Amino acid sequence: MALSPVPHIRIRARRGWTALGLAELWEYRDVLVMLALRDVKLRYRQTALGVVWVVLQPLVAGAIFALIFGHFAKLPSGGRPYLLFVFAGLLGWNLFAGILQRAGNSLVAEAKLISKVYFPRMLIPMAAAVSTLVDFLVSLGVMVVLLAWHGIWPGWWLGLLPVTIVTLLALALGLSFWIAALNVRYRDFMYALPFLIQVGMYASPVVYGMELVPDRWRAVFALNPLSGILGAFRSALLGGGVAWGPLMIAGVLAALALVTGAFFFRRVERDFADTL
Amino acid sequence: MNDIAISVRGLGKRYRLGISASGNAGYRTLRDELMKLPARLRGALRRAEAKEEFWALRDVGFEVRRGEVLGVIGRNGAGKSTLLKILSRIVEPTVGEVDIFGRVGSLLEVGTGFHPELTGRENIFLSGAILGMRRHEVLAHLDEIVAFAGVEEFLDTPCKRYSSGMYARLGFAVAAHLRTEILIVDEVLAVGDMDFQRRCFGAMKRVAANGRTVLLVSHDLAAVSALSSRCLWLEGGKKVNIGTPDATLGEYLASVSARSGGVPAREQIMARPAEIAGFSSFGEGGGPLVAGGVAMFDVKLKLCSPHRGLLVGIGIDSELGARQATLYSHFTGDQFNLPFGDSCVRCRVDRLPLRPGKYFITIHLANATEVIDHLEHAFLIEVMAGDFFGTGRMPTGTQGMILVDQSWKLEQSSLPCR
Repeated sequence: MALSPVPHIRIRARRGWTALGLAELWEYRDVLVMLALRDVKLRYRQTALGVVWVVLQPLVAGAIFALIFGHFAKLPSGGRPYLLFVFAGLLGWNLFAGILQRAGNSLVAEAKLISKVYFPRMLIPMAAAVSTLVDFLVSLGVMVVLLAWHGIWPGWWLGLLPVTIVTLLALALGLSFWIAALNVRYRDFMYALPFLIQVGMYASPVVYGMELVPDRWRAVFALNPLSGILGAFRSALLGGGVAWGPLMIAGVLAALALVTGAFFFRRVERDFADTL
Repeated sequence: MNDIAISVRGLGKRYRLGISASGNAGYRTLRDELMKLPARLRGALRRAEAKEEFWALRDVGFEVRRGEVLGVIGRNGAGKSTLLKILSRIVEPTVGEVDIFGRVGSLLEVGTGFHPELTGRENIFLSGAILGMRRHEVLAHLDEIVAFAGVEEFLDTPCKRYSSGMYARLGFAVAAHLRTEILIVDEVLAVGDMDFQRRCFGAMKRVAANGRTVLLVSHDLAAVSALSSRCLWLEGGKKVNIGTPDATLGEYLASVSARSGGVPAREQIMARPAEIAGFSSFGEGGGPLVAGGVAMFDVKLKLCSPHRGLLVGIGIDSELGARQATLYSHFTGDQFNLPFGDSCVRCRVDRLPLRPGKYFITIHLANATEVIDHLEHAFLIEVMAGDFFGTGRMPTGTQGMILVDQSWKLEQSSLPCR
């Protein structure tokens, strides 16, 4: 004990905005890993089909959308196979929506833990996000197989993949901080969220491309950060051009969501244990 | 170097009633909030809310030196758990300050973070991380933890298949290997079988002997007295006293015995539909309670509305808080349907099987689904020496507290005993 300096903590009522406490977040990183690991294990162990579920769900959804929008409605996909086009969109969207859903409800789900032990509360929605990322990586593997099957190689565009994923994660996590914290206080969010997610899917170019959007609407669509992110995500996997403008806007909005979300979360987290 | 581990100054925690203290009404809906908006703008609500405040802890100050074991005693609702939650950083104080020097590990329940679907091994790592251990620390102590809990063969079995005893043992075993300088423990010694409780007790003693600082809450006054080097007594959210265990426990016990008949003053957390209004006990012809004599226990109840199916319980604990017997109308199949207003329910024991001495009384009021009121260690009774066996003989203190009706006879002679 004498070797390391004795840490000093002062406990008192905090008022207003506080620092993010990133050092403490790092100190407790094992909690993040263990909570995410728990979620992944439970999901893959409790369901009989396990990993098959994660693969099958977007694949079937993608096939249906490809059939309706690509084959029947003959929507434009920039000359790319519509199944791959939709599957790529769904991959990105499912990551976003999955994080919102799981992380958004995470604090309420972990109410017991929050009232019995201290660790940085931000780790709870973060762990939910990480566990959703694992599902995403599994589906991404399927995407790679599909690409190889069709003999598609995106080339240098692949370099965009990490950029879009990081932007998407920042956006989803930032919004999740807001939703999770608000959900503690107003349980209305629990009911509003699935509805908003459903609406969001059709308001974003998930099953259709930006090519479908009339020119005069493009500027409005570009304000939806998912337009830029999903467009770039598709190009990273399937090749083709990238609309840099919307991607930039998405980057700014994602950073804004993450920073405001984190500060808001820190501001209201002091009441979590009393409210839950 | 500074030898203070914890310094608490002017600590207070206020709850707003109807928001948190009244159970699950903790959350609000957006609609409620919007409806209240006009009133809030007029400031009317602020004044109305002020009346519904309740201080779970108020103006508490003390210091704990490094290596000290501080026992915290007090009845239910005295603020013990709130204090531990503030020191564990789970809830924030409303006013006051705490300085803590050293890493804090807190054990407010057994098996924190356990998930029933995960195996014992997985839960050890999960719970360890949540309690603040690094992975390599858990790994280093894995064998000890498993041995302490005695779950070697079941390490890779999901915990949902564990018996409740195994579950509790594993939970405590993980926490017992926390290596923080300060350990905060709430009422967790009361789990598992006797043998395991003894081991927990031993583990706590070793922790204390290692020069680590411990804050301990327990209803088991014997355990508090044996483990602590000092005792803090809380009552109604305020510090009554802090001092040596013997002196503080003595005062605490005296305060309970000084009270007669009436119910101790308590913070009204919420309006109860029915509550315990008093307790009295007497023996034959209204005289004192006598070992082996008839005993009457009267529980007075006050009801705000008629109730059906009420169950009344009377817990009899030794002076050090160990339960000796429980009288419960549920055991005998008696339920009470009571009208609005005051009622008195009487429990009669024909031959009181208690050794002479003082006993704490805990009163419990419930119906089939929920606890309606509960008064922990609210009253003290004294049992006088009597002739239980009709021989004038009584067991001594080391022979137990309970008198058992018995008869002896020669079963068979001229044969070796089996």
